[in-house]
Amino acid sequence: MYTQGLDSLGKDCLHQEGIDSAQLEARFQGKVDADDKIEPKDWMPDAYRHTLIRQISQHAHSEIVGMLPEGNWITRAPTLKRKAVLIAKVQDEGGHGMYLYSAAETLGISRDQMFEQLLSGAAKYSSIFNYPTPTWADVGAIGWLVDGAAIMNQIPICRCSYGPYARAMVRICKEESFHQRQGFEIMMTLARGTEAQRRMAQDAISRWWWPSLMMFGPSDAQSKHTAQSMRWKIKRFTNDELRQKFVDITVPQADFLELKVPDPDLRWDAQAQHYHFGPIDWNEFNAVLKGNGPCNRERLQARQTAWDDGRWVREAALAYAEKQRLRDKTRAA
Amino acid sequence: MSEKQEWPLFEVFIRARSGLEHKHVGSIHAVDARMAIEHARDVYTRRQEGISIWVVRSSEMVASDPEEADALFEPARDKVYRHPTFYAIPDEVKNL
Repeated sequence: MYTQGLDSLGKDCLHQEGIDSAQLEARFQGKVDADDKIEPKDWMPDAYRHTLIRQISQHAHSEIVGMLPEGNWITRAPTLKRKAVLIAKVQDEGGHGMYLYSAAETLGISRDQMFEQLLSGAAKYSSIFNYPTPTWADVGAIGWLVDGAAIMNQIPICRCSYGPYARAMVRICKEESFHQRQGFEIMMTLARGTEAQRRMAQDAISRWWWPSLMMFGPSDAQSKHTAQSMRWKIKRFTNDELRQKFVDITVPQADFLELKVPDPDLRWDAQAQHYHFGPIDWNEFNAVLKGNGPCNRERLQARQTAWDDGRWVREAALAYAEKQRLRDKTRAA
Repeated sequence: MSEKQEWPLFEVFIRARSGLEHKHVGSIHAVDARMAIEHARDVYTRRQEGISIWVVRSSEMVASDPEEADALFEPARDKVYRHPTFYAIPDEVKNL
């Protein structure tokens, strides 16, 4: 969206005579405060640019790596309908990765640079995708809980101050809703099925509940980026606010399925009008983030293999296009 | 072939329905225009969002500079007489 070619024009804006960076920064913040959008060629502070590159590229990586745990079940989906739905969902995740990489590219980073950062471990992706999917119920739990948490996180980003990111998120949120509903429907089918199916559904929510709550990131007291990101309107709510909202809407859904949320401290707090939930195991979160989750190595290896195995295709396609171009040129001459 | 060569970037425009204009929806990497259209189909029209696609190399796009927006668009700002509401016409005059 909005081209690398244009970036070369945009750089001139940095050297306007008579305007110092404090003035530019004040004008920028004024625009953000007025809920105006920042577009690729507009002046922006370096830290804003870098924060966005980090956040959008990690978001894109999460979509791409997120294809792996579910892709695991495409060949083994229980019915043709479920298989078609799962293929469509995984294809959507790939598409979402593409929208987001395009949005990040408008900030002056190339697609290849982002891939390199993912493969070298310099860029992170959502820790949730480092958990395995041993049963079919995991596909349901991912759609319901993981995509549910993602939607909760993403809806406020539709109003993010950076135009290309906000527009990509609008598109993504529209499509995610199908993901969450198909996941809930899988859980509902299992929960109403045989005793073995019920147990499978319960086992899935027991494993995915806490990692889903961790998706909202560290608690507000620990989050180093929150305050600045809120000032820049990259973020609209804090991690803890969104996490609470997610618990409040999801617990009644689990009740409907008659599945148990694996939290002995969970109770409705009538005074606060919120669910009170138990402490999150941040040691687990940090361990997974550092690369020591159940599937970290496997996921990155799969990406590395795809990148290496695809190299000859990328090169051959370029060589073919170049050959066609030369042939057309000769013919025209 | 150089190790680092990336596929070029294309801007994608889609006509949602017949009778509507093409609208910018995003960008796509591809080796040539034909592949750009095929990839744009997969990335931007998975839910019948379009009936026609335009692609153009991003490097061929020329855009106005946002820093010059004031100079460029200011001249239109004080010409309210270009709008029909500028003219006060009595209510009893019909069909105007």
